[in-house]
Amino acid sequence: MAGTAVQRRLSWRLGEVVGLVEETPRVRTLVVTVPGWPGHRAGQHVDVRLTAEDGYQTQHSYSISSPPEDGQRVSLTVERLDDGEVSPYLVDEVRVGDRLELRGPIGGYFVWEAETTDPLQLVAGGSGVCPLMAMLRHRAAAPSRVPTRLLYSSRSLEDLIYRAELDGLAAADGGPEVTYTLTRERPPGWTGFARRIDRQMLAEAAWPPERRPLVFVCGPTSFVESAADHLVALGHEAARIKTERFGPTGG
Amino acid sequence: MDESSLRLDGNACAGLLREIFTEDVTAASAACASCGAVAQLGGQHLYGYPDGPGAVLRCSSCEGVLLVITSRARRYRLGTPGLAWIDLEATIDPQGR
Repeated sequence: MAGTAVQRRLSWRLGEVVGLVEETPRVRTLVVTVPGWPGHRAGQHVDVRLTAEDGYQTQHSYSISSPPEDGQRVSLTVERLDDGEVSPYLVDEVRVGDRLELRGPIGGYFVWEAETTDPLQLVAGGSGVCPLMAMLRHRAAAPSRVPTRLLYSSRSLEDLIYRAELDGLAAADGGPEVTYTLTRERPPGWTGFARRIDRQMLAEAAWPPERRPLVFVCGPTSFVESAADHLVALGHEAARIKTERFGPTGG
Repeated sequence: MDESSLRLDGNACAGLLREIFTEDVTAASAACASCGAVAQLGGQHLYGYPDGPGAVLRCSSCEGVLLVITSRARRYRLGTPGLAWIDLEATIDPQGR
């Protein structure tokens, strides 16, 4: 129909960085306004493309950490990978007012909708928490009171991304249950989990399979595969476990 | 480093798949011709992307090759050596009713 052609191909859009949040020493959130942003679902990602002065282009995918309710303000939380092509620039160089080329939202598989009534189980390794944060923010904004648990593995307390916000969500009435495990360094007096996620920890801190939760696991590939294997061994249905592997080093 | 530490989920090549199918197909179910397992494309195992010359989607149950995508000179080549079927949502009534 003339005039109602749907733009089906993904096009690159120019967004403007309007905010920066230092999350941890290695992680920064970029808040980008994207004119004409079609909206996204919690868990989706975008491709970011950088072009050097000589025309060389490189791109990388980043999870969206903001909820659909934020409209055209899209948050990308980026961890600096020292051998990465894109992340050192995004974490160390980008300033408010800079423009970024991105396309999205992308991916209809690893998404959670607040209308869902099944209990929600989130399992995060390091910066794998980013798309899961979009889900938790979507849950809070909707609002949804679906029983929700997050098990979040981090090297240390200072490497926990969104810690203050997660603690606030967990303390709120009807908020998610949040459990941290610190694998490398613990502050004095730490009484929480202090090891990599294993079967025993999932049995204690995650919903039991009888509750038939929807499960989202995100983090480095080895983390995701280990957690998913343990969940299946505990009796969770493989078809109800969705994974997002970041590769060997993380996102 | 063994190959399994490099694999991703099909969801990670959602942008590439959308270039070809023009719609998101990561939530579409597909059947493996080797073992018959049915799963969403976004949950299959992805190799070779984004750092290789293409993308290989393997069955998450038996590792049979479902889909191979290569690109060269502004063209894509889509191979489906082990894909029995893929179930896609119609945007119009296929029977024209």
